[in-house]
Amino acid sequence: MTTTKTMFEKVWAAHEVVPQTHDTPAVIFIDLHLTHEVTSPQAFALLRERGLSVRRPDLTLATMDHATPTRTEQVFGGAPISIDSAARQIKQLEKNCADFGVELLGLQDARRGIVHIIGAELGVTQPGKTIVCGDSHTSTHGAFGALAFGIGTTEVGHVLATQCLLQKKAKTFAVEVSGRLAAGVTPKDLILAIIGKVGVSGGTGHVIEYRGEAIRAMDMEQRMTVCNMSIEAGARAGMIAPDEVTFSYLADKPRAPKGGAWDEALARWRTLPTDAGAVFDKRVDIDAAALVPMITYGTNPGMVVPVTGNIPDHRGDPVFDAAMKYMGLNPGEPIGNAPVNVVFVGSCTNGRLGDLRAAAKVLQGHKVAAGVNMLVVPGSQEVKRQAEAEGLDQIFKAAGAEWRESGCSMCLGMNGDTVAKGEYSVSTSNRNFEGRQGVGARTLLASPETAAASAIRGRVTDPRELLNA
Amino acid sequence: MNPIQTIRSRTVVMPSTNIDTDQIIPGRFLTTTTKEGLGAQLFADWRYDPSGAPKPDFILNRPEAVGCRILVAGRNLGCGSSREHAPWALLDYGFQAVISTEIADIFRNNSLKNGLLPIVVDADTHAWLLANPGAELEIDLDSAMVKLPDGRQVSFPIEPFARYCLLNGVDELGFLLSKDTAIKAYEAKRPA
Repeated sequence: MTTTKTMFEKVWAAHEVVPQTHDTPAVIFIDLHLTHEVTSPQAFALLRERGLSVRRPDLTLATMDHATPTRTEQVFGGAPISIDSAARQIKQLEKNCADFGVELLGLQDARRGIVHIIGAELGVTQPGKTIVCGDSHTSTHGAFGALAFGIGTTEVGHVLATQCLLQKKAKTFAVEVSGRLAAGVTPKDLILAIIGKVGVSGGTGHVIEYRGEAIRAMDMEQRMTVCNMSIEAGARAGMIAPDEVTFSYLADKPRAPKGGAWDEALARWRTLPTDAGAVFDKRVDIDAAALVPMITYGTNPGMVVPVTGNIPDHRGDPVFDAAMKYMGLNPGEPIGNAPVNVVFVGSCTNGRLGDLRAAAKVLQGHKVAAGVNMLVVPGSQEVKRQAEAEGLDQIFKAAGAEWRESGCSMCLGMNGDTVAKGEYSVSTSNRNFEGRQGVGARTLLASPETAAASAIRGRVTDPRELLNA
Repeated sequence: MNPIQTIRSRTVVMPSTNIDTDQIIPGRFLTTTTKEGLGAQLFADWRYDPSGAPKPDFILNRPEAVGCRILVAGRNLGCGSSREHAPWALLDYGFQAVISTEIADIFRNNSLKNGLLPIVVDADTHAWLLANPGAELEIDLDSAMVKLPDGRQVSFPIEPFARYCLLNGVDELGFLLSKDTAIKAYEAKRPA
């Protein structure tokens, strides 16, 4: 019998309240429950129906991001929120948090932002924690060595009431990334390449651990971009072992442990990484050094090609044919011929300061092409403040892009920030599903660099052409 | 949640693979604060034209789909967003079971918690179901079997606990609440 464990197995074992049996799933304790306006109202309604309270308000944090406006006048100026039902949902979250004693970082709070961005900023996202949220991109927090996954609204209710979840233990999946990413090739390109290789259901039933030289070389923001899209490969969670990069990121965050508590936490965190010789259920190898900037051409995130490449030709495959029809693109053609009408930089995938810096670097001294609308939406109010302190907003505005308040915005178009029918959007978000960014919208997923370069040229563009110019 | 014992129905077939939850219920309908009434928006962008009129070719708008309780879909049904509005919309429309060769994790969990039975079958059975839309099936939850019209019986995997909850129409929250002593003991030894 082996005593070596993967990081996932260690975190799982440390949170078993009641172990799994043949007849019942495990009861797992949740260290941090993040919640937002869209997937929580029915869960709070369940508590009211059953006369229950929130068991651990101290481990629960609410914010609003999905359906919130990004226009300053609607966030701070008292202008009515354009979508009535979204305004009601925001009011409902305010009432629910007040009634149940849950801390809310509300619409005008300086700490508000996309739920997966503010967790790290505040320092509540920590190694070894179990973190859940009614949102599939909760996997983002796995970048810190947390076990973080999305849940449905019924489970949101379970966690509110008991701070626990019933869970079946997942299988383990190692994604080994050797080598280093070349200049102009980003973590977004890496994760798109991984999804292209693994497939959109290749991770189903598994928790991915991203490992290897290219991962170790990334900063925390970049690691979050990678873990964020684990769900796009079907995996509920993605994890990266905590290391000195993780610890130094967290050290000065407002809600990270301080003093003696920090030393104790650090000692615990250092035991988390997967033991040498531990066995994963599945493994995939990727050579980071061989990658180039990637972009999607179809209607799921696994339909991905190099920006320098051609759309493949799988005519006869119904998924491919349907995607080509929806996207209005032609098999075999260079993806660089694809037109661009909208460029969106933002989301829990690529809405952090480093992402905005990367887009601004490409954009500086250029103009957004005529006929292209570019929207830059910081992932949080803190990101917005820092970006403005560096003058990034000025670069975006000078180039002709719009600069907004934080939120999920055009990633899913719930707040009215949408792409029109038939238009092509190069987007730094995470899903290119039909209609995701608006009814009939055509989404091409890419890095902030590629998005910015495509905005300048008005067609899909390899950012290295501009960065090396 | 209503108990499920047996589901007898003709099938509706949607052969597309990777039907994501954004298709099942588009994001713009998620600003609701209740679970009710989402059936009207099920598959909205495939089902209605921009004016809101039903698209006659879409399967749910065809006469043969009326009254069907079982949806057979292509591989990897329910991928993407964790929105529980997806099973709520399917149930509100009238579906009681979904069948595929692969069902995405979160969608499967959400379905089980609401009494929508997610059934994974082998590739051969799936191919037969895709080729025979409208087939009359009998699903027996207790034995975890799907009975095909020719009498063949195909078993499907389901965890004992989920099966117990569905058969008895009880949700999992009661079970979790009953673990209060164990939760308290865990909290007492947990690092602050």
